[in-house]
Amino acid sequence: MIDEPIIRLRGVSVRFGPQSVLRAIDLDITRNQTLCVIGESGCGKTVLLKLIVGLLQPTEGEVLFEGTPLHLLSEQELTRVRLRVGFLFQQAALFDSLNVYDNVAFGLRAKGGYVEDDIRTRVRDRLGEVGLPSSAEPKMPAELSGGMRKRVGLARALALDPDVMLYDEPTTGLDPIMTDVINELVLRTRRRRPVTSVIVTHEMRTVQKVSDRVVMLYPLTRLQPDERQVLYDGPPGQLATAQDARVRQFVEGDATERLNSDEV
Amino acid sequence: MSTAMPAPKAEPRPAPEGSPSPPPPPAADDLLIAGPIVVALVGLGDWAMFSARALSGVMTRAFARRELLRVSVEVGVSSLGVVAVTGMFIGMVLAVQTYSQFHIVGLETSLGGVIHLSVVRELGPVLAAVMLAGRVGSAMAAELATMRVSEQIDALACLGVDPIKYLAAPRFLACLCMIPLLTVFADLTGMIGSTFICLRVYGIDPHHYWEHSRGFVGVWDLFVGLGKALAFGGALSLIACHRGFNSRPGAAGVGRAATEAFVIAFVAIIVIDFVLAMFANTLHDMIWPNVETKVV
Repeated sequence: MIDEPIIRLRGVSVRFGPQSVLRAIDLDITRNQTLCVIGESGCGKTVLLKLIVGLLQPTEGEVLFEGTPLHLLSEQELTRVRLRVGFLFQQAALFDSLNVYDNVAFGLRAKGGYVEDDIRTRVRDRLGEVGLPSSAEPKMPAELSGGMRKRVGLARALALDPDVMLYDEPTTGLDPIMTDVINELVLRTRRRRPVTSVIVTHEMRTVQKVSDRVVMLYPLTRLQPDERQVLYDGPPGQLATAQDARVRQFVEGDATERLNSDEV
Repeated sequence: MSTAMPAPKAEPRPAPEGSPSPPPPPAADDLLIAGPIVVALVGLGDWAMFSARALSGVMTRAFARRELLRVSVEVGVSSLGVVAVTGMFIGMVLAVQTYSQFHIVGLETSLGGVIHLSVVRELGPVLAAVMLAGRVGSAMAAELATMRVSEQIDALACLGVDPIKYLAAPRFLACLCMIPLLTVFADLTGMIGSTFICLRVYGIDPHHYWEHSRGFVGVWDLFVGLGKALAFGGALSLIACHRGFNSRPGAAGVGRAATEAFVIAFVAIIVIDFVLAMFANTLHDMIWPNVETKVV
């Protein structure tokens, strides 16, 4: 049971109308693993994250959480699964009408069973974990910088002590220092508690620093019908020497071939 | 920390072996005439399911009281001024337009009854609702569309909250309570406006003016007007929330959701007005079969 993957995607395909985004994806994510999903924009990385938490349903195939297919769960059972998964959204997705404190406390209040003193303690602990002082609590999301928003989003996602953390481009749009701060927070989170992490990112520094496994997806529009969409699945150290030239080009940020083929 | 997963409730139904698979239905976009009808019916069905979910959110109180209070203030208090001005000018315009016709036949003292009846039964509820569809409905759709685009609605679902129940239910409830109250306010200011023009500008005798008004306008008329306002409030809030939840990405998507919310709510208000007028007439005839007054 311990070796069973906590998340498993079996033959998952996703189509939005006529447009295919994911095709026959098989992926097992083991407990406490930190998996980075990389790939060009539009290759379906965010869709993959949303499948894991049941925000999207696959057109074909199934997503299993601890061996149970998500599409067979009732609404209440799916909610229980979601409460065990923390999600850091690309733009943090903080609730505009609530201040920082209420944003972080939101999940605890929605779940119920906590008295206000417990909520206060937990909110302050989580804000402390992500390096935010208590003076940030009354601030509204509109008053925060991009890095602070991400940190509040992380504190909110961690408030319910999730077993799985999903990060959707956690460092996009941040300066190099703040990028490193977020990377450190991801590492610290893993050190503090046993958590399985799936990180969608373009940042190779993030990949090298935090991941112990990397999966690279490729846009279906540039793939042959018989080609696999997962171009690479392995440790981050071997990315630069991957057999597939497209993986090496992505890692090195080399667009020469693309420019030559007029397929920008 | 981790708990055992609940057992799946049912196995997926397998396709019968050996049976030929039916040909896929053509996409709605490919059908020239039936396409728009199919799209409209699918949209209506989706709205009905959305509305049922929002109503279940009201029944189970699956929303924060603070959110209900915030939306109620936004819908009610913030709209008071614009509804008052609209109501007053409707009353004044009605007085100006009808006075000359009634003066020719010497019936200007009846204006009190005619104008007040029109305002209470029809113009007050309809114009207040149309005004609120523009002011409140569009804002509601734009707010929810922005929440959709910025993934706040997804974030709610991830935190174990049903977004439809949490966001649409308080908006529905706020409109249901506030729009009839605003309609009463529009009725009042409409009557004040018409009375000012009739008595102060045209010099109609106040005694006869108010006597006619009292003779024409009854509790039933007020009841029908408020019933309409209740239906308009419920419909426009659910239409606005549905459009906001189904917004397309980007700034254009948000703008489109706000526009669609107003246009669909406007058409719905007119259609509901007609249906309720017919229904109120029938009900009136059933309750008072020998009274000739109709509620149109």
